[in-house]
Amino acid sequence: MTKITRRSFATTAAAAAASLKLGPAFAQENYPNRPIQMICPWGAGGGTDATCRIVSALLEKEFGQPVNVVNRTGGSGVVGHAAIAGATPDGYTLGIITVEIAMMHWAGLTELTPKNYTPLALMNEDPPGIQVSSTSPYKTVKELADAIKASPPGKFKASGTGQGGIWHLALVGWMQAMGLPPNQVAWVPSNGAAPAMQDLAAGGLDLTTCSVPEARAMIDAGKSRCLAVMSPTRTKLYPDVPTLKEAMNIPYTTGAWRGFAAPKGLPAPIANKLTATLKKIYDSKEYAEFMGARGFGTVWNDANGYASFMDTADKQMGDAMKAAGIAKT
Amino acid sequence: MWANYMEAFRLVFAPDVVIAIILSSIYGLVVGSLPGLSATMATALLVPVTFYLSPIAANATIIAASAMAIFSGDIPGALLRIPGTPASAAYTDEAYAMTRKGQAEMALGAGVWFSALGGIAGTISLMALAPPLAEIALSFSTFEYFWLAFLGLMCATLVARSSPVKAIAAMLLGLLVSCVGMENPGGVPRFTFGIADLLGGIEPIPALVGVFAVSEVMRAMLTPDPPPMPKRKFGSIMAGQLHLTKKYWWPMTRGNIVGIIIGVLPGAGADMAAWVSYAMSKKFSKEPEKFGTGHVEGLVEAGASNNASLASGWVPALLFGVPGDTITAIAIGVLYMKGLNPGPTLFTEKASSMYALYIIFIIANIIMIPLGIIMIRLASRILRAPRSGIMPIIVLCCAVGSFATGNSLFAVLTVAAFGVIGYVMEANGYPVAAMVLGIVMGTMVEQSFVTSLIKSDGSIVPFFERPVSAVLAALTIGALAWPVLYWIWRKFLLRPAHA
Repeated sequence: MTKITRRSFATTAAAAAASLKLGPAFAQENYPNRPIQMICPWGAGGGTDATCRIVSALLEKEFGQPVNVVNRTGGSGVVGHAAIAGATPDGYTLGIITVEIAMMHWAGLTELTPKNYTPLALMNEDPPGIQVSSTSPYKTVKELADAIKASPPGKFKASGTGQGGIWHLALVGWMQAMGLPPNQVAWVPSNGAAPAMQDLAAGGLDLTTCSVPEARAMIDAGKSRCLAVMSPTRTKLYPDVPTLKEAMNIPYTTGAWRGFAAPKGLPAPIANKLTATLKKIYDSKEYAEFMGARGFGTVWNDANGYASFMDTADKQMGDAMKAAGIAKT
Repeated sequence: MWANYMEAFRLVFAPDVVIAIILSSIYGLVVGSLPGLSATMATALLVPVTFYLSPIAANATIIAASAMAIFSGDIPGALLRIPGTPASAAYTDEAYAMTRKGQAEMALGAGVWFSALGGIAGTISLMALAPPLAEIALSFSTFEYFWLAFLGLMCATLVARSSPVKAIAAMLLGLLVSCVGMENPGGVPRFTFGIADLLGGIEPIPALVGVFAVSEVMRAMLTPDPPPMPKRKFGSIMAGQLHLTKKYWWPMTRGNIVGIIIGVLPGAGADMAAWVSYAMSKKFSKEPEKFGTGHVEGLVEAGASNNASLASGWVPALLFGVPGDTITAIAIGVLYMKGLNPGPTLFTEKASSMYALYIIFIIANIIMIPLGIIMIRLASRILRAPRSGIMPIIVLCCAVGSFATGNSLFAVLTVAAFGVIGYVMEANGYPVAAMVLGIVMGTMVEQSFVTSLIKSDGSIVPFFERPVSAVLAALTIGALAWPVLYWIWRKFLLRPAHA
């Protein structure tokens, strides 16, 4: 099947090339005519890696050219993001960039910002939930919020990721939206969401603000309850869980997102072709099924939408990080 | 129940599943035996392949490949003193000493035989005790993990043959290495010197490959060829294993139990199981003086332990989606992808699929024996090859393997740097294994200690207050104080009797 697609594509490409004058446009019209490298800044087996690989597999099918996923891990994402930004903008090195690109430069870890990329498409966003242990006395997010307000700063302990990570900032943002100091709830850094959820069940924490898919197994096992989600709409995984706006009339929303990008300066015809192909993948049954099975949220933003989305996110993260005292710049 | 098992057998013996098990077993054996490519790496590389497989076949590849890789990490460890995976590092010196004594087949045979038995014991625990074991795992908070990690660090003095002072010094150096990077509770970059690659810290795998493999190559270049090992036929691999099983059935059982318990605890995996079991074996052995000189007892216990932990690591993964180690972290992603969502319902609604996974665990551990023997036979030819031919290939393997862990040249440089460190340490009698232990456990010690203090608002009382924590604390303090008390007793209380 792949073979036929590949051959028919080659024929079309050859015909297209023959009808065109040879010139700089040739390489672009012909794109892609060799394997594409797809950089993933996070380790194999994680959520970003899984998203990257399914999209790469579908891209390969669409283009008839191999799309090789390369995990450039290390440096808490800095290394991989730098590798994408630093590649030749010829369309043969692409990458998946994550919410950390809007955070790392505030923490002074890198010079890179969303401006260093040619955004192609935003394809996934997962909102944080507010989870408590199933033995917790708080049944609604309002009860929890009232208890937090009434207690001295630092009495309540929350976790979900490392210090200054995305879920820490989600908590800080929520506290600020309620008019509370950013350290009203103490943040207990953890090595990812899974240990935090485990510690929540072990009774070591009062709440977690990790993403809903990350909390899903513990919720399904009856060890944890999700009280609210920090997103504009309810999540498909738990349609009974209200949003913060519904429950407390707090319009605060945030999330961890993943999108595809190329180095800055990618020629427009190639960028347009990639965005169009990614849109086709986004609409495909395979993508929807895959993301649905993992419980990952799907959103679509084309190149322009993604660019302005990242600008907003960059500002929001900067504000939260300054409030939390993590920002260096 | 029976209907579920019949259905499970039907699922497992589908042609695609059988092919998947065999191919991924061979793949796991090969990857695990290459220095620098760990069992985690073997599993991670399988993920894209699982996209195209049926749910049972997808999980079968991960189960089979990881079990094989953990065992075959013992092969280069025994033959070349280069552990293939971190889980083998605890007893590499021991296995290599056996090879030098001409007992390579016994060392490797014990590896494959007790790995398989351990894997089966772990599977039985998964089948019979999953819910109660999972409850144990969930009762562990960071307070308990701190004591556990601390106990793990104390193994440094037990496993080393050198003086305890040098072992502790090497372990502290390892702790210092684990401080590098920003993966610490504060999220603050430490000792990174502005180098982006150091932000993620020093990965244990390149460090391990460097101190064991590269330093070994350096030593080989400086010393004259050792007297060639007596030319002889490579003996039977399985002969004598039944005898060993009878002789060491208690250390083996203890290894299984320790492995199962450590495996169930999220965050503590096969590496830690092997260390703790090897140390326990030496501590409780009738002949501890033989340890380190090529004595099989420690291999039996630690080999049984690391494979047992592999199976029980699936307990929290299947019930709560909490990974027991890095391998199950990857497996959870595959479970979700294939619609086998972790949770108690997996054991009721999808019971036949669950039983199918159990059967695959058992099958993987049984076929490990014949496939392992073939692999050992092929690998044993290395012993007859000239050293000048082997050493460059090892360096090449180290470079390629470490490059693969992060797709960056930085890991290769890390290997080189640790090769030099390892060489200097060995030359001065500092055990590199203790340093590796420090690197592996350092993050866990710090993370659990600091987060515990944040949770208790700086009070150390909860470290002794929580029931499980109190027991672990008593064990740790007892083990620390025992040599001192023993010394006082000998010196002051026994002397009058002699006088």
